Amino acid sequence: MNRIVARRVIATIHAFKVPTRGLTSAQQNSENKEKLGSVNGNDQYDIAIVGGGMVGMALACALSSSPLTKKLSVAIIDSNPALGKEVNVKNDDLPDPRVSTVTPASISFFKDIGAWQYVMQHRHAYFDAMQVWDYTGLGYTRYTASDVDADILGCVVENKVLHSSLLSCLQNTDFQKIIYPSRLTKMVVQPNTPTKGIDSSCSRMAKLELSDGQSLFAKLVVGADGGKSHVRELARIKTTGWNYSQNAIVCTVKHTVENHCAWQRFLPSGPIALLPIGDEFSNIVWTMIPKEATERKSMSEDDFVKAVNHALHDGYGPNPQSNSLGYSGDYSWEVPPKVVELASERMVFPLSLKHANEYAVNRVVLIGDAAHTVHPLAGQGVNLGFGDACALSKIIADGIAVGADLGELSLLKKYEAERKPANIMMTAILDGFQKAYSVDLGPFNVLRAAAFQAVQYISPLKRNIISYATGQQKWPLFF
Amino acid sequence: MASKLLKLTKFINTSSKKISKVSIFSASHIIQTRPFSDTPQKVPNTTTSSVPPFHEKNYSLDGAKKPISSSLNPVELAKFSAIAETWWDPQGPFKPLHIMNPTRLSFIRSTLCRHFRKNPHSARPFEGLKIIDVGCGGGILSEPLARMGATVTGIDAVDKNIKIARLHAESDPVTSSIEYCCTTAEKLVEEQRKFDVVIALEVIEHVAEPAEFCKSLASLTVPHGATLISTINRSMRSYATAIVAAEYLLQWLPKGTHQWSSFLTPEELVLILNRASISVQEMAGFVYNPLTGRWALSDDISVNFIAFSTKNSE
Ligand SMILES: C[S@@+](CC[C@H](N)C(=O)[O-])C[C@H]1O[C@@H](n2cnc3c(N)ncnc32)[C@H](O)[C@@H]1O
Repeated sequence: MNRIVARRVIATIHAFKVPTRGLTSAQQNSENKEKLGSVNGNDQYDIAIVGGGMVGMALACALSSSPLTKKLSVAIIDSNPALGKEVNVKNDDLPDPRVSTVTPASISFFKDIGAWQYVMQHRHAYFDAMQVWDYTGLGYTRYTASDVDADILGCVVENKVLHSSLLSCLQNTDFQKIIYPSRLTKMVVQPNTPTKGIDSSCSRMAKLELSDGQSLFAKLVVGADGGKSHVRELARIKTTGWNYSQNAIVCTVKHTVENHCAWQRFLPSGPIALLPIGDEFSNIVWTMIPKEATERKSMSEDDFVKAVNHALHDGYGPNPQSNSLGYSGDYSWEVPPKVVELASERMVFPLSLKHANEYAVNRVVLIGDAAHTVHPLAGQGVNLGFGDACALSKIIADGIAVGADLGELSLLKKYEAERKPANIMMTAILDGFQKAYSVDLGPFNVLRAAAFQAVQYISPLKRNIISYATGQQKWPLFF
Repeated sequence: MASKLLKLTKFINTSSKKISKVSIFSASHIIQTRPFSDTPQKVPNTTTSSVPPFHEKNYSLDGAKKPISSSLNPVELAKFSAIAETWWDPQGPFKPLHIMNPTRLSFIRSTLCRHFRKNPHSARPFEGLKIIDVGCGGGILSEPLARMGATVTGIDAVDKNIKIARLHAESDPVTSSIEYCCTTAEKLVEEQRKFDVVIALEVIEHVAEPAEFCKSLASLTVPHGATLISTINRSMRSYATAIVAAEYLLQWLPKGTHQWSSFLTPEELVLILNRASISVQEMAGFVYNPLTGRWALSDDISVNFIAFSTKNSE
C-alpha cells in the first residue's frame, strides 16, 4: 500500500520536473502507467534505449509491434527535442542531403513494424537498377531488379523521413514509453551474482543518471547512441578501427530528368555515388581526401556542378566500352544523368571504421553505429543498424517467451552471435572496396577490374552479389 | 517391446529401492566411491551434519522436528549444500542448468499453454496458474516461471539453497512474489497443499525413493493438473555424456554429482508415474550441441529427457 502511494507522489514530481516537451513525453508522464515501479524515487523500466535516432526508434517500434514485447515499459533517453514533438516533415521542402539507401530487407522490417506506410507518405525513391564502374574504363557491372526476380533493388529515403516515420508509428500505438529529454551521464551495473550481504534492491537493474539530475533503473540498457556512443564508453567496451583520412561530401543535386538508378563510380581518390531521391533530385556521396573536400565544399556552385559531372562522366579516364563487350540491352553501360544544379548545402563528414569488440556485456547491449560504423558507401550503414534492431527485438521476444531476465548476458550474447559476423563481413567488404580503390595499381588496375568483369559475366555470382546487396542474405551490400 | 515392459514391471515391483541402489555396471561402482569434488575430505563424513534441519518457520506446523522424509538422500543433499553459493554464477557448477533453461522452459510453455488453453502469444501466459517447483535450488527455474505470470512456490530440501533463492528473487518486483520454503514434497502432501502444475526438474535422480517421490508429486497435483519431470537417462550414452563429459571433461559439475545407477530410464519413469495415477502425454529429449554451446529439444531421449504428464481424475 505504501508503495502505491509513494508511486503516485513520485509520478507527480516527475511530471513537474520534465518540461512538457510535446505530445509523447508530457502525455505519458502524467498517465504514468508504464513504469514498473519506483525505488527511492527512481523510476524502473524493463528497457532503457539511450539514443532516439533512427536505429533506437526502430527498436522501440519493433518492440511495440510484437505481441510478446508490446507490454514492456521502455524509457527513451535523448536530448533531441524533436522526439517529443508532433511529427512534421513537409514534402515540398528540398531533399535533405542526409539520406539512406534502404535495402529490401530493411523495407520488409519497416513493413513488419508498421512504419513503411509513413515513409510512403513522404518523398522516397525506389530504384531498380544499379551501375558500378571504375575510372580505368576496364570494369563495370550493371544489374537490375529483374536479375533477382524482384521489383526493386532498394529505396533512397531522407534520414529525417525515416526518423519521423518511426516516430509516427510509435505515437500511433499504445506502447508504454517515456521520453527523457536529457543526456546520460553515468551508468552503474551491478555484477550478476548476488554475493552475501549485497544490497539486493535493484542489484539486478542498471542505474542510469542523467544530466538533468534525474535517474532511472532498467533491466536492460540499449546503447543506440551513435558512433561516439556514451553507453559503449561507460560500459568500457573497446573498439577496433581506424580513420580513413578521407572525407565524404554529401549534398543534393538536380537533373533535368528523373533518375531511377543508383550509380557509383570508383575514382582514384575514392567512390562517388549518385542516388535517386525522388522527382528530379539525386543525392551525392563523394569520398576524397580532406584537402580536396575542403576545396570542393568552398568552390562556387557552378564549379562544383562541373566537378561532379567530370567525376561521373568524362574525367579521370575512359568510360567502359559496353559494345565491345558484346553486351546490349539492360546490361550495357549507360551514361548517368547530368547534374544541372546544386540543391542543398554541401556537408562534409570524416570517414572512419569502428567496430565494438563486444556488442553485449551484462545488462548492456549496443546497436547501430554504437556497435559499428562503416564506410558510408552510399548510405548503407543504417541497414546494419536496422538489422541489429530487428534481431535484438526478436531475441528479446524469445527471452520473454521463456521468462528470461532481459539483461541476462546469455540472452544478449545470442544477439551478438547473430549480428557480429554479419556486420564484420559487411564492414570488411566496404573497407575492402575502399582500400582496393585508394591505390592506383597502374597496369594491375586490370586485375581489380577483373573482379567487376567476372561479376558481369558470371550470372549466378552476380545474382548472389545482388542478393547480398538487397539484404536477402543477411549482409546487405551495395557497392 | 512387450517383453521389455514385462521386465520393467518386474524390475519395479521387486523393489523401488533397487532403482537407486542396484549396481549394474562396475562403472557405477567407480562413480559411487569416487569423491565428489577435488577436496575429498568433505565426503561423506560431513554429510550428516549438513543435512538440513526441518524446522523451517513457515512450514513447520508445530515447531517440532519431524523425522526425515523418505525422499531425502543425505549424501546428495550435502553435495548441493556445498556448492549453494554458486547457483547464480552462469559459469559455475550449475552452468548446464543455466544454458538448458530456455530450452526446457519453451517445452514447459508449449505443453502448459496447450493443456490449460492459455494464449501462447502472451508475455504472461501462466497468469492464474499455481505452480510448485520441487527441488528449486537457487530458483533458476522458479524465476522465469514467475515472469511468465505464474504464482510460484519453490521448495528445496537444502536451506542454503532457499536462502540464496530468496535473496536473488528479492531484487525484482516480479520475482519477489515467489514463495520459497525449505521443505519437502512429502511434507506439503501432509499439509494437503495442491497445485495446478507440479514441476521437478533434475531432482528425481537425487532423491532416495523415486517411486515414493513421484507419489508425492502426484498428490500435490490437482486432478487434471500437470506434472513435469526431467532427469538423466540411465543409458550408456547418458553415462558418457552426463557423467564423463559434464563432470570430468567439461568440469561443469563437481565430480560425483551424479550416481549413474540412480538414473531412471524413460520407460521406468512412465511406469512409476502410472502407478501414481499420472499419465505421461509427451516426452522430449535435450541434446547439447558443443559447437553452439546450446541445448535443443529433440526426439532423442537417450541422455536428458523431460516428461509432461497429467493427473488422472480421481
Ligand atoms: C540438480 S538440482 C535442480 C535444481 C532445479 N530444479 C533446476 O533444475 O534448476 C537438484 C535440487 O534438488 C534438491 N533436492 C534433492 N533432493 C530433494 C528432495 N528430496 N526434496 C526436495 N529437494 C531435493 C537439491 O537440493 C537441489 O537443489
